[in-house]
Amino acid sequence: MVGAADRCRELAEAIAQAAPPPMTIMEVCGTHSHAIARYGLSQLLPPQVRLVSGPGCPVCVTADEDLDAIVQIARQGAIIATFGDMVRVAGPRGSLADARAIGAQVQVLYSPMQSLQLAESNPERQVVLLGIGFETTTPAIAVTMAEAAARDLGNFSVYCAHKIIPPAMAVLAADPECGIDAFLCPGHVSTIIGSRAYEPLVRQFGTPCAIGGFAPTEILEAVYALVLQVTSGQPRVDNCYSRAVQPEGNPTALAAIADAFEPADALWRGVGLIPESGLQIADRYAHLDARSRFELEPALQRPIDGCLCGQVLQGKAVPTDCPAFGTTCTPQSPIGPCMVSSEGSCAAVYRYQTVR
Amino acid sequence: MSSPHDSSHTISLGHGSGGAMMQQLIAEELLPALSGQSAEALEDAAIVELAGGRLAFTTDSYVVQPLLFPGGDIGSLAVHGTVNDLAMRGAVPRFLSVGLIIEEGLPVDTLRRVVASMGCAADKCGVTIACGDTKVVEHGKGDGLFINTSGLGECGPHVPSVTAAQPGDVLIVNGTLGDHGIAVMVAREQLEISADLRSDSAPLHELVAAMLQAGGDAVHCLRDLTRGGMAAGLNEIATSSAVGMMLESSAIPVRPDVAGVCEILGLSPYVVANEGKLVAAVAADQADSVLQAMHAHPYGQDAAIIGQVVSDQPGLVRLRTAIGTTRVLELPAGELLPRIC
Repeated sequence: MVGAADRCRELAEAIAQAAPPPMTIMEVCGTHSHAIARYGLSQLLPPQVRLVSGPGCPVCVTADEDLDAIVQIARQGAIIATFGDMVRVAGPRGSLADARAIGAQVQVLYSPMQSLQLAESNPERQVVLLGIGFETTTPAIAVTMAEAAARDLGNFSVYCAHKIIPPAMAVLAADPECGIDAFLCPGHVSTIIGSRAYEPLVRQFGTPCAIGGFAPTEILEAVYALVLQVTSGQPRVDNCYSRAVQPEGNPTALAAIADAFEPADALWRGVGLIPESGLQIADRYAHLDARSRFELEPALQRPIDGCLCGQVLQGKAVPTDCPAFGTTCTPQSPIGPCMVSSEGSCAAVYRYQTVR
Repeated sequence: MSSPHDSSHTISLGHGSGGAMMQQLIAEELLPALSGQSAEALEDAAIVELAGGRLAFTTDSYVVQPLLFPGGDIGSLAVHGTVNDLAMRGAVPRFLSVGLIIEEGLPVDTLRRVVASMGCAADKCGVTIACGDTKVVEHGKGDGLFINTSGLGECGPHVPSVTAAQPGDVLIVNGTLGDHGIAVMVAREQLEISADLRSDSAPLHELVAAMLQAGGDAVHCLRDLTRGGMAAGLNEIATSSAVGMMLESSAIPVRPDVAGVCEILGLSPYVVANEGKLVAAVAADQADSVLQAMHAHPYGQDAAIIGQVVSDQPGLVRLRTAIGTTRVLELPAGELLPRIC
């Protein structure tokens, strides 16, 4: 990566030479937060360019109400089929790992289709696939649902807590307390929804947007594009990840989402209810909806003492502002979800503390 | 209601991961109850004195799924792992014990293959399986087959130690990292990934003998990089020796296909398990001759200097990234979990 190191230095110099005013860029996507921390990219930026993490870690924004329901379903004896980072995040009744330690069955998936095999090989058990994640993950869950319906699997259902990114970005752009000057838009999500999806955001709020890939050079190129938009006063959507992102996105994936889901209001941890920011299972797949298959008690309410995850997710605080960070809240004993998921901003900062 | 995020009431998989949770379990629950044993508890093998001389003594239990995986099986693994623990103290492995815990329903054919592989591995390592035990547990109470092996080895004149790394030492690994963990994960989950992924399971005692012959007592510290991978091994050395470390990420050998699978799953090859890899802290003036000796051995062909032991920031392992920035390489927390997107 000698070439990459040189290119990163060039970009860092170009960013400094553009003499940006003090500006806060929110990287919306958890994978960006992770890459920025892993490569220590903020060390290359001038001090007035600040990067803050956004709400783009699917585990981190999953509301207590959903975490509580999922753990209840696990405790009722259903096999929970899930991506790995949901296992350790704790809701009011503990985490799936806690439930597993006392006998619940939790199967970590590498592909959602594995959940169908699980249902077929355990005909006497209920298998519940967790539909958690943004537009990147949703198409794979949608295709799995279509296949489950085709195979007429009576013991398979989906707990849907899918979310969509642009409405959350609009809420943050509209909130002056967040102080966001520009968005580094998510790379993977944008491959699905396309670069045009951010145009309303630019029109309505005048917030510069740039879509970036995940290599250090690609992230810095997007940051440079945002700096130029800010210094020129001309906000727009720059697609700096054009090798993967088309203006119209991925029509096949979008069609799969539209087939299985319909827009719905959604609860975001730390942010609250955002209208039309989530998905619910479409009527034609209502028989696969885990929410109507299990009898669930109302979610337990809990105060979360000293955890600033909600503020961190909105860019109103950085992980090190939190009194619990690195003291009572660590990756092995996380309080908030931002410390649990490998994409969580607290975990990224904790794991990859930068040393100057 | 107890604190929901508190994992201190029940044992979870994270407690067996080789990371921070396991260290905490050992320090808080095991060592206090087994007092008097703590001095060497964090070494790969203990050194015990008997009338005839000094012996290295170790034990390890093997729980892996699938039992047969590309590049090895639980039988050869149970021999190599314990041989390697002895080798990390510079000992010549001599005797192993074998405890088999078999779950009802295991095909005899599988058992036969595993035990044959075990015998073959022991022969190749020149160790004698001196005693054994067999238990069968009810269906559902085990995962097919668990194996425990204990090992005895004869110490040489120099005993490397996890407490003996010194500022100025050079850090050397004997080859590519993460091969075992990724090969087993891909086999277990039947991931449709077309890559030639094989476990690196291998006995390292002969490689260590060659290193000690070349470097003698300049080989200050040896650690095998099993669960928790390189990150766990280096953090343990940094803590036990009260030294800092500075690594060069561009120098750390990782196979491109392993790096690719790690990227897809959101894992770092630095925290993935190895079963035939070690790291050595060697005095700088002997590093070249030790490295040459490693390159001449089949299990050290890809050996590489990955960084240095430093005096500042004791206990902290730092990594210079490919783009010239610096970050901390943390001790992994618990269970390795693939991410969502």
